Amino acid sequence: MEAQTAPKLQNPPKSRNPITELWWFFAISACVKLLLIPAYKSTDFEVHRHWLGITHSLPLSQWYSDETSIWTLDYPPFFAYFERFLSVFANLIDPQIVHLQKGLNYSSNTVLYFQRISVILSDLCLLYGVFRLTRNSDSMKQKMIWVLVIWSPMLVIVDHLHFQYNGFLLGILLISLSCLEEGRDLMGGFIFAVLLCFKHLFAVAAPVYFVYLLRHYCWKGLVRGFWRLSVLGTVVVAVFALAYAPFVYHGQMQQVIHRMFPFGRGLCHAYWAPNFWVFYIILDKVLAFLLGRLGFNIQAPAASFTGGLVGDSSPFAVLPQVTPATTFILVLISLTPCLIKAWRHPRPSLITRWVAYAYTCGFMFGWHVHEKASLHFVIPLAIVAVQSLDNARHYFLISIVSCYSLFPLLYEAQEYPIKVLLLLLHSTLMWLGFSAQFANGIALETANSGKKKDDDFQSKRRSVGAAQKGGFVIGWVHWSYLVSMLLVEIWGQFLHPIIFGDKLPFIPLMLISTYCGIGVMYSFIWQLKWILDS
Amino acid sequence: MKEAEKMEKSSKKKGNFRKGKEEKLIVESDGGWWWLIHRGITASFLSIALFSLLVRVAVSLHPYSGAGNPPKYGDFEAQRHWMEITLNLPIKDWYRNSTVNDLRYWGLDYPPLTAYQSYVHGLFLRFFSPESVALFASRGHESYLGKLLMRWTVLSSDALVFFPAVLYFVLVYYAGQNPSRRRGDIAWHIAIILLNPCLILIDHGHFQYNCISLGLTVGAIASVLSDKDLVACVLYSLALNHKQMSAYFAPAFFSHLLGKCLRRRYPVLEVLKLGIVVLGTFIVVWWPYVHSTEDFLGVLSRLAPFERGIFEDYVANFWCTTSVLVKWKRLFPTQSLKLISLGATVSTFLPSMIQQIWAPSKPGFLYGLLNSAFSFYLFSFQVHEKSILLPLLPASLLAMEEPTLYTWMTLYALFSMFPLLHRDKLVLPYLALSALFFLLNHVPNGRQATRDTSALRSSVTTVSVLCSVVLHVVYLSMHPPARYPFLFEALIMLVCFTHFVFLTLYANAKQWMLLKDSNLVDKEKKLL
Repeated sequence: MEAQTAPKLQNPPKSRNPITELWWFFAISACVKLLLIPAYKSTDFEVHRHWLGITHSLPLSQWYSDETSIWTLDYPPFFAYFERFLSVFANLIDPQIVHLQKGLNYSSNTVLYFQRISVILSDLCLLYGVFRLTRNSDSMKQKMIWVLVIWSPMLVIVDHLHFQYNGFLLGILLISLSCLEEGRDLMGGFIFAVLLCFKHLFAVAAPVYFVYLLRHYCWKGLVRGFWRLSVLGTVVVAVFALAYAPFVYHGQMQQVIHRMFPFGRGLCHAYWAPNFWVFYIILDKVLAFLLGRLGFNIQAPAASFTGGLVGDSSPFAVLPQVTPATTFILVLISLTPCLIKAWRHPRPSLITRWVAYAYTCGFMFGWHVHEKASLHFVIPLAIVAVQSLDNARHYFLISIVSCYSLFPLLYEAQEYPIKVLLLLLHSTLMWLGFSAQFANGIALETANSGKKKDDDFQSKRRSVGAAQKGGFVIGWVHWSYLVSMLLVEIWGQFLHPIIFGDKLPFIPLMLISTYCGIGVMYSFIWQLKWILDS
Repeated sequence: MKEAEKMEKSSKKKGNFRKGKEEKLIVESDGGWWWLIHRGITASFLSIALFSLLVRVAVSLHPYSGAGNPPKYGDFEAQRHWMEITLNLPIKDWYRNSTVNDLRYWGLDYPPLTAYQSYVHGLFLRFFSPESVALFASRGHESYLGKLLMRWTVLSSDALVFFPAVLYFVLVYYAGQNPSRRRGDIAWHIAIILLNPCLILIDHGHFQYNCISLGLTVGAIASVLSDKDLVACVLYSLALNHKQMSAYFAPAFFSHLLGKCLRRRYPVLEVLKLGIVVLGTFIVVWWPYVHSTEDFLGVLSRLAPFERGIFEDYVANFWCTTSVLVKWKRLFPTQSLKLISLGATVSTFLPSMIQQIWAPSKPGFLYGLLNSAFSFYLFSFQVHEKSILLPLLPASLLAMEEPTLYTWMTLYALFSMFPLLHRDKLVLPYLALSALFFLLNHVPNGRQATRDTSALRSSVTTVSVLCSVVLHVVYLSMHPPARYPFLFEALIMLVCFTHFVFLTLYANAKQWMLLKDSNLVDKEKKLL
């Protein structure tokens, strides 16, 4: 069906100009983001402001050793260079922004506007990535992807309210993916290496990249293959050298690595990201409770998860301690099926899906995962979502759930309507878009089947089948899962404060984590199954 | 039997085929936006409404009028004060000066429906933040929660009154139309009504409840369009009772309904019916005050602030603009100014009224609303710069027929409020919403704008747009000369006034031209 409809829709009216349309989408979202400038911002705002100060006021050799503020630089060098680049303009606008001491917790309008607008402008990178990925798709798919990525509610919440530069980084990832999809493997690998030097958390997909590039790019006979491998290796090493050489020169390498990998932070963040470890912790609690009832002597763990930061002592009462190495191995194991598939049939059309799956694995089993990391797979999955009805259904669920899992980031009353409206708007647009996309396919299918005069019975049955199966309908399990989100939210917002008052404040958050954890787990299994079946 | 079945099948198939083809044709002719309205008007209305609400919430993050500006603050404090008064005083004392109700400090001067609305919203505020509406003690109350709750009362009013009214209007307006019409256009029209930048900035930025009275008016207009005249009378009376400014539309409603009644069998009876409904609604709303003449006149005198002078600040209407040359306030006493302005207003809306009594028609009614509101804005007594919202409303409803008129009007309405919004520190939302409006007007592959590209017109457009852009920049970046501290305001006013005059002349001409068109149609019918 897909193959049949695609060429039909590809003869658009002459006036169509995708680039203007893309700019239009971007401009609309930029207007909304501009309006959101005075909204709540997290401490990440001050973190990034302080980084502007560090990179502007200090020589490179002290960037990673400075301790003026607790918000030390902990991103890789390219991001530091990026901050250095921004600080030039910040200095022109208001020198106090980049002052190391005077700038601390600086909160004038200039710094607010400067930083907020810098995020909005850095989203241009995302725009370019999306443009590259969609320039050969048909009009409807293009538009759906733009709606899903450029108008992503998650990016608005994380980047433009909470404050980070994810749109920019995801843009680099999308550019890299588009290069791979086009078959320009070397370029794709190069850009991915650059991305790793911006934010090392993206390294979860490195095994997929490695296997794919090895097989798809280098596996071309012995001599040619070896030549290509060495070219690829040189490029990657050159990128890393460019990033880290200055720090090696200043003898700062150890310090840089120490800052970038703070393993002392514990398995879970204060608010548990909705992943596998939520279930692990809950299982531990349940077991401890049951065994305690049965008369075993269970010692209460020294550190608790609900208390926030976790030290070195084991927070588990019954189940074994989890170390960074465990999580690392688990991530690798869960990645294996995908790696095998990539090894056997390195197909460019599947790379986006594999990378998204890799980030899902990282999110599921990783060490000290932030809820924000769900962006890493939700955004690439948007590219996959428009490919078929099943993908669309899956995406509908996972994007709503992961957007909901970001709600605790904005905990103040002022932003409450904003996050709710963002989620509702996103769901409605998805529903309208997907149902139009797939209903339209069916209409055309019917039209085509009408042409075949001879086997009318068969064609009729097929069209009826398509109509029954079709359109964008979500099963009742999905629906009831999504609707129960309402219950979780009502409990957390209204019933819990009424019943318990200020007591047990972690329960609503735990409920959200568990609820969303189920959805992410489902998505993980669904993606795994899809990859195995393909 | 089998033959018949086969026949049926093949005809069905052909039907399907045709349907599919139609679908495809629509897909192609509709450019990019057919998917938004694919599930029907209501579904796409839902998504656009959600977006508009999001924009409103985002605007409401910004400062309100008179924030942190004692002793009188601004409209925000006025509305909060009304909640405080209605919540804590007995209903008869709401409009009465007393030791606890100092009418000089934002005394209640809107009709009773506003007072009731303040009471209900006051209950909401008291539930969450009692100190924000405490009698006396809460004067000038400003807090995070207080601002938030107040903002939410406007948001909920908008969502509960204005949005459903617009949906009703759109459903009625496009009910009789050809279904093969470009479906994206309807979505565009919904967006353009809901995302009117002026209304959003005044209600959710500056702080007022125009959405309620305008929403009720839209409801009344939609009822008129669907021939439910009695409902229209009730809704319009409610609008009048929420804000007396809704009287700007009175001539149009009156003339259209009168014209309609005259064409019925028992005109007097019909008029009587409408009159009774209006009177009934008024009595219900005014019930606490109709028991004694003293109470009634007391409230009435609060609603007509004639002591304030013919204009305030800088508003782009006739009196204010010409006062640069003719000092009206010095030449005439207030009493005669009242009469002069009344005469000017009546004589300017009379032509449009006559047209509607003579030949009432649905498009004519919309033009009539525009024209009568415009004549009030330009010539009546005591006009605020915010009153431009009233003529803007029918213009937005007419946007599909008159896209150019609507665009120009919105831009200059925005511009005329720029000094006010600048004072309120709303320049950023002003710019963002203007950009949003521009983008909505230039949806790629959206509407196929039938653009007239005559050299004269495009050069006039360029000059006028350039003028306003330069004025914006000058206003923001330069200080006026000390001798004329309000020079820039006066210039802005002059530019806007000129545009408004041209627009109203055009709209009046259009309304009368409808007559010619309908005559032509009638003649054609006769010929056929």
